[in-house]
Amino acid sequence: MTRQISIDPVTRIEGHAKITIQLDDSGAVSDAHFHVTQVRGFEKFVEGRPFHEMPSLMGRICGICPVSHLIASAKACDALLAVTIPPPAADLRRVLNLAQIAQSHALSFFYLSSPDLLLGMDADPSQRNIFGVLQADPQLARDGVRLRQIGQQIIEILADKRIHPGWVVPGGVSQPLNAEKRDAIMAMLPEGLTIARRTVDWFRDVLKKYEEEIATFANFPTLFMGLTTPEGTLEMYDGGIRIVSADGERVADGLRGDDYATFINEAVEPHSYLKSPYYAPYGYPDGIYRVGPLARLNIVDRPGTPLADAEFAAFRWQDRNSSFHYHYARLIEVMYCFEKMAQLLENDTIMDEHVRARAMPNSRVGIGVSEAPRGTLMHHYEIDADGLITRANLIIATGHNNLAMNRGVLQVAQHFIKGEVIPEGMLNRVEAVIRTFDPCLSCSTHAVGKMPLQLQLLTPTGEILDELRR
Amino acid sequence: MSGVVTLKINGQDIGAHDEESILQAALDNGIEIPTLCDLPGLSRIGACRLCLVEIAGNSNLVPACITPVQEDMVVTTDSERLQAYRRTIVELLFAEGNHVCSVCVSNGACELQDLAETLGIDHLRLPGLHPAREVDASHERFILDHNRCVLCTRCVRVCDEVEGAHTWDVTARGIESQIIADLNVAWGDSESCTGCNKCVQVCPTGALVDKGRSVGEMRRRREFLPYLTMMRKENGK
Repeated sequence: MTRQISIDPVTRIEGHAKITIQLDDSGAVSDAHFHVTQVRGFEKFVEGRPFHEMPSLMGRICGICPVSHLIASAKACDALLAVTIPPPAADLRRVLNLAQIAQSHALSFFYLSSPDLLLGMDADPSQRNIFGVLQADPQLARDGVRLRQIGQQIIEILADKRIHPGWVVPGGVSQPLNAEKRDAIMAMLPEGLTIARRTVDWFRDVLKKYEEEIATFANFPTLFMGLTTPEGTLEMYDGGIRIVSADGERVADGLRGDDYATFINEAVEPHSYLKSPYYAPYGYPDGIYRVGPLARLNIVDRPGTPLADAEFAAFRWQDRNSSFHYHYARLIEVMYCFEKMAQLLENDTIMDEHVRARAMPNSRVGIGVSEAPRGTLMHHYEIDADGLITRANLIIATGHNNLAMNRGVLQVAQHFIKGEVIPEGMLNRVEAVIRTFDPCLSCSTHAVGKMPLQLQLLTPTGEILDELRR
Repeated sequence: MSGVVTLKINGQDIGAHDEESILQAALDNGIEIPTLCDLPGLSRIGACRLCLVEIAGNSNLVPACITPVQEDMVVTTDSERLQAYRRTIVELLFAEGNHVCSVCVSNGACELQDLAETLGIDHLRLPGLHPAREVDASHERFILDHNRCVLCTRCVRVCDEVEGAHTWDVTARGIESQIIADLNVAWGDSESCTGCNKCVQVCPTGALVDKGRSVGEMRRRREFLPYLTMMRKENGK
């Protein structure tokens, strides 16, 4: 008899989701899906609002990554104004974004995934949480809490508020940085870097215990996408989009964020409110790609800061297709974030008073692309002659990873789930593969059916039921 | 001929001109009464009912802004009954429109928000109506967001009484009421509007705002109003 296993809700992720696993007559896994079960609708209800409100409105999508949405949204609004924002404002936004990435990575690694990594995938579920970590390794738990605190405090010093600050505005930022604030931030950076290094040192040994997971946690060839600098180093705020293949060959480079619709199409699967973007030239679903820490380190030639570069040399020997290595990549990015913030803040021009460009809207379409902790984030707005939003389209990092997450769930389920009796630890692995991606589902589910792109409705087998082009 | 009357407000003996309202007499003596539609320099209309007070011997509550003082009047400006009325009024205002402080340009500088805070309103007992209302951004420099309008008509009065343009008016009835420019044209098409921005300065909420403001960036300057009114009166003598 066929049977369905449902993991609902998936725990230790951000937002609500469930996983269903289909078993055939022999008890083998025949199919598995990752369902995102909520709709947020931001794309729809911002229609009619003045575009200057968009950063703060869009920031409300998430309480963990409000900064990422603020930045992508403000960049889209900069494009509506058609201005080049003052360079110090861009650098200040960069620092804010790096602090945000560091704190979010700390949340993902320490709070959500370290219980699996420290205590083991098969540990007692009542212990397999941050409190269990606190008992087993107080230093590790304290490091996680402190790292997140440092990131959040930097955000607060810069923007006056840790969550949903109003500091990032169309045209730049609302207040310049003074020396006192700069020094306060600089004073915290060495500790953040120390924690990141200590954690990477610990994690390198942990990796040896998880060979089976490394081999099966969404380990398959896909494309990887992210922003890079022209020099091929990490870029979290601006820059061209680079796409590389599973074996590291460059597929595309220097793509412009505002051309995203020419190379990304969005599909919708009936089982999820999360859309499934794919690389258009490769079609669906062959255009599957991944974004986020693993993808970013897979596309760059090197991160671009000394200690992160050194660690990257070891990382490069790992299997580049295993999503298990999102964890490792995340830690290297935390190192990069602290090193990069120091580089940016050392430059006195960051305290320049001119931090906001002012203009009337000069363009009817504005697209902002930046790197959020979980990957490339795209905000696309259109306005009428009065500056009111007529259309908004968001492609959230987690959405880019949707196809890979689904395929990853199936891969893990097929490997670990066999027979009638299924140990809890095996189901935990199915959740843990999702955790490697650090999905933020509250960010990622918006108005399905309003995409200004090609829209395909697919059966579970990938057969196209309906197709719509706008 | 104006005379002086004596009365009690909250047990305090007070002297006032007999032309004065209870609100004015209270304010002159440092007694706060919550208001929303009232603004020094504009005519008083008793629309918002937040300044309701109790008068001994009168079972009805009266609006302090338009009720003149009388000899031997005994006024109470704060009681459980009054608090309950005021809270209900403010909750009704929130429920009737679309007020989302956290993403509003007037966050931190909004009289409706201040009232809610003062009255301890941290949630609504009434379901929000969430009406579908328009945003008029047709003016080059300003925006009228009907979602945040509480129909205090300060804009209507300042435009008529101080600027003399009478661009703003109120159309329709009851819950359908809304502020209109001229004979219900887009603000940007109004022929009478002088673009003086007095209406924007007097708006208590985020309904009338400067274009280009982001969340929490709206600030108002209103000190000028009583002086303007005074100067106009003197010149008209």
